[in-house]
Amino acid sequence: MISFLDFEKPVAELEMRIAELRATADGSDLDIEAEIRKLEKKSAALLASTYGKLSPWQKTQVARHPQRPHFVDYIRLSFTDFVPLGGDRLYGEDAAIIGGLAKLDGRKVMVIGHEKGHDTASRIKHNFGMAKPEGYRKAIRLMEMASKFGLPVVTLVDTAGAFPGVEAEERGQAEAIARSTEACLALAVPMVAAIVGEGGSGGAVAIASANKVLMLEHAVYSVISPEGASSILWRTPDKAADAATAMKVTAQDLLDLNVIDGIVPEPTGGAHRDPARTARALADALGRELAALETLDPAGLLSQREDRFLAIGSL
Amino acid sequence: MSWLSKVRNSLSSLAKRDTPDNLWMKCPSCGEMLFAKDFEANLSVCPHCQHHGRIATQARFDLLLDAGYVVLPTPKVPENPLGFRDTKKYPDRLKAARAANPFPDALTNACGTVDGRKAVLGVQDFRFMGGSMGMAVGEAFVAGVERAIAENCAYVICTAAGGARMQEGILSLMQMPKTTVATRSLAAAGLPYIVILTDPTTGGVTASYAMLGDVQIAEPGALIGFAGQRVIQDTIREKLPDGFQRAEYLHAHGMVDMVVHRKDLKTTLATLLEYLERKDVA
Ligand SMILES: [Zn+2]
Repeated sequence: MISFLDFEKPVAELEMRIAELRATADGSDLDIEAEIRKLEKKSAALLASTYGKLSPWQKTQVARHPQRPHFVDYIRLSFTDFVPLGGDRLYGEDAAIIGGLAKLDGRKVMVIGHEKGHDTASRIKHNFGMAKPEGYRKAIRLMEMASKFGLPVVTLVDTAGAFPGVEAEERGQAEAIARSTEACLALAVPMVAAIVGEGGSGGAVAIASANKVLMLEHAVYSVISPEGASSILWRTPDKAADAATAMKVTAQDLLDLNVIDGIVPEPTGGAHRDPARTARALADALGRELAALETLDPAGLLSQREDRFLAIGSL
Repeated sequence: MSWLSKVRNSLSSLAKRDTPDNLWMKCPSCGEMLFAKDFEANLSVCPHCQHHGRIATQARFDLLLDAGYVVLPTPKVPENPLGFRDTKKYPDRLKAARAANPFPDALTNACGTVDGRKAVLGVQDFRFMGGSMGMAVGEAFVAGVERAIAENCAYVICTAAGGARMQEGILSLMQMPKTTVATRSLAAAGLPYIVILTDPTTGGVTASYAMLGDVQIAEPGALIGFAGQRVIQDTIREKLPDGFQRAEYLHAHGMVDMVVHRKDLKTTLATLLEYLERKDVA
């Protein structure tokens, strides 16, 4: 059962009406069957038109949808033979970032990403996808291992941001993020990052400083949450929608700004309505980018990555 | 006291320039009344409690570099690429910041010597839009590093920033990897990168170039952290520890090499430059 977002209310009402008709019909009443088909068509068209013109703030809601596929779903649907690797060897194991060896359509890769969890227990376990220094230091360890063994790195980014807490600060949250970004930039192997949900600030960029950066169609990527920007710049919590628009957080905007390299299409109504299809599209896009990067030697990979980021903000 | 000096007194900020002789100010830390002129003459450090006030870019250059340094031009960057406006247009905020500051953005470099040892020094000024890191800061950082590589000398940066410049959205975030590309090229050239963390250094600046120094120096009492204290408090709903995110606290947790009083910064820097200078370079 899909849970509907506020702006999907008209679709939800149609779907409810369809469900009611289905419950009363036994298949013999042709008028009811025809009515169901008509409503289904109308509902599909309404969903498509709603998703065809989502505002940046609505996309933010979709990107945060509780049923949106996360890292563990993509591991199951886009990858095979996953071997999780744990711990930073310094302090602990942070389940907000998961990583390990996997195959992407037969290609051996190191895959690393944020996991938000899908119910209360797993959300607590994964700290809602908000990593602590040990999460970023694990990512560094795995990236260095990938570089050592010639495995391309794929990252799936989905975080509201790095965890803001006392222990995280004490253990060097800022340093861990800075070093993780540095580790991305030092890789002698291809690296492709995909923002699959929320790309929240430094906590995202730490594992997204890649050769190629992709975004799912309704993912968002920003320097601060729209709520945060609203309260700081507008000095009210009510301007999140305006902030989302002003900051240009959508995949379409970021492609125009040359911050990302490609958009992975989502099924009509968003990734959560068809995780398998989303995962297939993601795997295809990742495979294409990796194949193209495999033509570069280590020096070429390093300089392509450096040039990519040096260009942002240069006249 | 005239009504005008009363007004000016009440408005006085810690490092107001051209301070009249008779102006008093209250130390924001210990509350002692200080002659503003004495405070400035004491490097904007309170003689009673050693509170380190924020100082402007020029004062930093004068503090750390020998006379005769050259201020480098601030690179030009695209302005307002997002067409951003919140309650004000971003270009209007920039204009106001430029009217109130001597340099065109928050990070300015100078090329000179520290007790005779060559260095490029970057200074981030909190007074320019909270020191925030936008494209101009990122580009200036890269330019400073490039100049250091060209001069075959260290790059030293005094950081001060609330974080990324939100008015530049994602483009400000992208300055984190961009500046890190620069620190890596400095390392590849075998040249020292020294960070002097000043009050305050937070957010995306801390989580990029401010934490990547070969040597990390912090000024006493400087607020240094990733997340803002209010955000942390809202998350954990507990009282924050005493001295949390202050320079001394970071030192105790292994995040900086040393906490150095402003009066000793230059000699410390000169000593480090002497040690880290490579023999094999001319
Ligand atoms: Zn004092």
